[in-house]
Amino acid sequence: MAGRGGARRHAPRRLPHGMWKYFLRRTLILIPVLFGISAVLFTILVMAPGDPFEELATNPNVPPEVRMNLRAKFGLDDPLPVRYARWVASMMRGDWGFSFVSRVNVDTLILQRLPTTLVVLGSAQLLAILIAIPIGTYSALRPYSLFDQIATTLAFIGFSLPTFFTGLLFILLLSIHLDWLPFIYRADISATGWQWYWEHVRQAIMPVSVLGLAQAASMTRFMRAAVLDVIRLDYVNTARAKGLSEGITLVKHVVRNALIPVVTLVAIQIPTIFGGAIVTEQIFRVPGIGSLLITSILANDTPVVMAVTFIFSILVLLSSLAADMLYAWLDPRISYR
Amino acid sequence: MARVVSETVAGKLAVATAQPRTSLWKETGRRFRRHRLAMVGSVILLGLVIAVLVGPLVWRLPINDIDFKAKLKGPSWSHPLGTDDLGQDLLARMLYGGRISLAVGIAAMLIAITIGTAVGAISGFAGGAVDHVLMRITDMFLALPGLPLLLLIVYLFRDALRKMFGPEAGIFVLIVAVIGGLRWMQVARLVRAQFLSLREKEFVESARSLGARPFRQVVRHILPNSMGPVIVAGTIDVAAAIIAESTLSFLGLGFPPDIPTWGRILFDAKDNLDFAPHWALFPGTAIFLTVLSINYIGDGLRDAFDPRKVLGR
Amino acid sequence: MEERELRALVGQVKAGTLSRRRFVRTMVGLGLTAPMAAQMLASAGIAQAQAKWTFTPTKRGGGGLVKALWWQAPTLLNPHFANGTKDQDACRIFYEPLASFDPDGNLVPVLAAEAPSLQNGQVAKDGMSVTWKLKKNVAWHDGKPFTADDVVFTWEYVMDPATAAVTIGPYQNIVKIDKIDSHTVKIAFKSPTPFWSAAFCGSATGPIIPKHLFQAFKGDKSREAPTNLKPVGTGPFKFLDFKPGDIVRGEINPNYHIPNRPFFDQVEMKGGGDAVGAARAVIQTGEYDFAWNMQVEDEQLKRFEQGGKGRVEITPGGNIEHIQVNTTDPWTEVDGERSSAKTKHPTLSDPAVRQALNLLVDRASVQEEIYGRTGIATANFVNAPSKFVSKNTKFEFNVDKANQILESAGWKKGSDGIRAKDGKKLKFVYQTSINGPRQKTQQIVKQACAKAGIELELKAVTANIFFASDPANPDTYSHFYTDLQMYTTTMTQPDPQRFMDQFTSWEVSAKDNKFALTNKTRWRNEEYDKLWRAAEHEMDPVKRAALFIKMNDLVIQNVVVIPVVARPAVAAVSNRLRDATQSGWDSNFWALAYWSRA
Repeated sequence: MAGRGGARRHAPRRLPHGMWKYFLRRTLILIPVLFGISAVLFTILVMAPGDPFEELATNPNVPPEVRMNLRAKFGLDDPLPVRYARWVASMMRGDWGFSFVSRVNVDTLILQRLPTTLVVLGSAQLLAILIAIPIGTYSALRPYSLFDQIATTLAFIGFSLPTFFTGLLFILLLSIHLDWLPFIYRADISATGWQWYWEHVRQAIMPVSVLGLAQAASMTRFMRAAVLDVIRLDYVNTARAKGLSEGITLVKHVVRNALIPVVTLVAIQIPTIFGGAIVTEQIFRVPGIGSLLITSILANDTPVVMAVTFIFSILVLLSSLAADMLYAWLDPRISYR
Repeated sequence: MARVVSETVAGKLAVATAQPRTSLWKETGRRFRRHRLAMVGSVILLGLVIAVLVGPLVWRLPINDIDFKAKLKGPSWSHPLGTDDLGQDLLARMLYGGRISLAVGIAAMLIAITIGTAVGAISGFAGGAVDHVLMRITDMFLALPGLPLLLLIVYLFRDALRKMFGPEAGIFVLIVAVIGGLRWMQVARLVRAQFLSLREKEFVESARSLGARPFRQVVRHILPNSMGPVIVAGTIDVAAAIIAESTLSFLGLGFPPDIPTWGRILFDAKDNLDFAPHWALFPGTAIFLTVLSINYIGDGLRDAFDPRKVLGR
Repeated sequence: MEERELRALVGQVKAGTLSRRRFVRTMVGLGLTAPMAAQMLASAGIAQAQAKWTFTPTKRGGGGLVKALWWQAPTLLNPHFANGTKDQDACRIFYEPLASFDPDGNLVPVLAAEAPSLQNGQVAKDGMSVTWKLKKNVAWHDGKPFTADDVVFTWEYVMDPATAAVTIGPYQNIVKIDKIDSHTVKIAFKSPTPFWSAAFCGSATGPIIPKHLFQAFKGDKSREAPTNLKPVGTGPFKFLDFKPGDIVRGEINPNYHIPNRPFFDQVEMKGGGDAVGAARAVIQTGEYDFAWNMQVEDEQLKRFEQGGKGRVEITPGGNIEHIQVNTTDPWTEVDGERSSAKTKHPTLSDPAVRQALNLLVDRASVQEEIYGRTGIATANFVNAPSKFVSKNTKFEFNVDKANQILESAGWKKGSDGIRAKDGKKLKFVYQTSINGPRQKTQQIVKQACAKAGIELELKAVTANIFFASDPANPDTYSHFYTDLQMYTTTMTQPDPQRFMDQFTSWEVSAKDNKFALTNKTRWRNEEYDKLWRAAEHEMDPVKRAALFIKMNDLVIQNVVVIPVVARPAVAAVSNRLRDATQSGWDSNFWALAYWSRA
């Protein structure tokens, strides 16, 4: 058995043959699964309490007939299957829907927020990964040492405190006391050249750090646990016994195998860029897709919520597939029967 | 090679499985007690639990006694943890709310890791169609938007649960189910990933070739080695659950806003951070301590159940 | 106060022995609105003072960028589809009405050449019509001239039910609008209309839209108009950029019809986040110049102000935070609905219980400890500065008296400390929306009630469900499926008529009207109905005022609602900003053209 493993280790890294069939199967099944998920999502959204025209209810100027008219106009009083069918039909045509609240095409709304989302939230995820992998690994190599204790404590503080809290702490410190950074994010800054970049970086530092550090806290712990688990396993001992130097052992075997849980985590996190950082976006007023989602949910703007969660589900399915592919690449012994 | 094999896990296990069960449990308990940090963690957690259970009987200041003259005061003899902006005693509120926070945190965490581990283990070990179906269900749950789902579930089930369990217990059941129900997916994916890779490892193959049935393979060999991520997920979930409860109450879905759960106190305190930091410090520390203790206990459990105990280096 | 006494006060203002401002405040203290008071004075021929600005520029522009922060983001830019004041304010940057209401309730002409009145003959004596003379040489942002056609078109656009305009309310009473010439219109009403300025005035319902751009998009095509997202108005700023839910930007209108205005070259209105953060951004860090609707505790606001960069501006308006007392039984179901008008509340129907509740609301503490400057304790349903104490209504907090009243009415304390009579306990469910100050108010009331033997169970519902108009949701305030509920009624219309119709018997909210009507307490009183009908067509503002005061007193004396605090408009303003005057009867941006910076 070790021999078989050994042969695999020196062979060029390629996906085993059965994987392509698996990949194809998964991709084909994507469509019906997507339909299933969207149906469940739609049902939940429609059945949830709340009203897109709530503001009108408190306004004595608006006669009740107007509200009722609006509801009828947007088909809010039609039965559920009819509304779902209508939604599917328009999605097929490429019409992502029309927001009840802002009377704007949903895809326009989403595209407006895409760049900001990718920049701010993407950087935060990157920051998290860049912090978690080295620190987690080193912690695991020297478990319970001073470095590990400090890193662990910081990580615990990181996820014991909610982002609304750490965000505020940062604002109080960096914006109010020290007055170094602006805390309201403005996507349109009317400066040019270096000034423009500098302004953008300045205002992004706090939201990116708050979010990135929060993610890093949990990722570091996972990385540490994964590396620890791998270190104990026998083939590392075996490799050591074979006389490979500590460095090569580490890189080739430990990290590669420890990356499996990390890949899992990253795969779960990537979709959350679209709609996971709600609190951070609220505090810093970053106009990302997360804040679009939450305001639409609270306003019962169903078309927007459906569109965003639909994109979200596509991302979840795709990242799940990518993760499974990566496992096989990282650990050649994994096979999907 | 053969020499190495005999010194491996499989070898030791093969010997160990031949022994009677009772001494194994004792052995596990002994290993746990020897793990220093696990004991520290247990003491802390026990301390917190006793404090919230017995505390309100000892410290009898009411939690909602509004006293404007004493608002936002720091710790003092009459108010050991200070007061909030309505002059209510923070120690009393922390003790009272701690019952709920701890219960919600731990219960939700247990639900999440139980469901997650079960789904992940079955999925990773069985493979094939079972794996596929379970993973797609997991994907669906991951894709669900938490908030509308929450609103819907509360709306649909609140009255029914209220009738069944009474107002407070009903909400408790609802919140724990919802928070736990939305966090198991991560654990499932992680456990499955571990299972996929461990399933093919040598020591499992050895056990299989020695005749161990699938259940035994899973429970004795694979599961203990997959506990790493589960424990980490567990500790994170406790904190996340306590905080999620406060977010829910902010949306009107959790406990009524005058119930001082730790997450709620933290939320109420956030706008007075620069003026009355003590208000936020105490609930934050309480959550931190809970997380810390659960983590160390988890480490201890994993090392105790680990057949090839590797403690420190 | 009787009509006689009101006339005497008006006489004093005319004679110069009572200041105009004092008079307006006294009227507001009696339960009227400032615009009504202004109308009363105008009908007596008392000229209104001109608006005074501290800074008179000598040229247009040059002021740079002014940044304003709203903690709810605007989502669309058509004023007739506006969903709340955030949208109205965003539209006001670009669109204008015929006239605006200043802080004292006076009508200030904007697109009109002058304010109509009885004196200049533009308001008909029988109240059946009003004539508006429009300002000449006003151009839309795209250069086309503003004419009477646009005014007539706006009315047609709003009145078309297929448009589903939310501003339709004040226009329903209009029978036709005659275009007398290119800059004069005559509005004919269906019946005598005392408050003729409801139509086309104020930023809530008044903005005029350009006919040439909206003509093709009337009725059910209205939502497709490209102008909905790229507004073309007559206002001080032209449209620059709009991201729904995030930000609105405008640039200076070089052809604005008021010379040497506006001061600023660009305006930016950003939305989102929370109120406290917005307060910090203006008052503590100075990152922004102006922030809207500071629903923040006064303690915190005071602390922020110590930095010296900004301050809080408080402007009285018509909003009132009050507790409604259910007259029907929310716990019994009749024909599939609770709180049915066919039932009577088992315990709250006893006037003694109501009186006791009124004595158990510690308004002074609520004001002092929670709202501070942002909430003024009141006894009246429509506004009252605490200085003025009406002899009909005053507020009192007295736990002992409440105990006495309940005791002598036969409500005895049981072994659990809760009062009961004939087996019915004084236990109530008290609901409101999720909101820090509201929850604190609930706790204060709960504690006081406990001392009098009344047990309150607190319930808080998330705002967008509480204020929803969904007929199936039991938690809305229109359903009122609890015993007590609390929220702020906003008075967006300067005329109290629309505000006071929530106590008329034909507006009772019920299942068969999908809970869409405004009378949520389900209170019915013949005398009130009579008074309301009389006020609808009473042309004499003084007589009308007396009628409203009587209506207010009826509501308060029967403890149909328990007013808590009057909620003025609170804004955060940078110390360097000048003339950013706020009006409680119009938009935050009503004077945007006059803002400047030191």
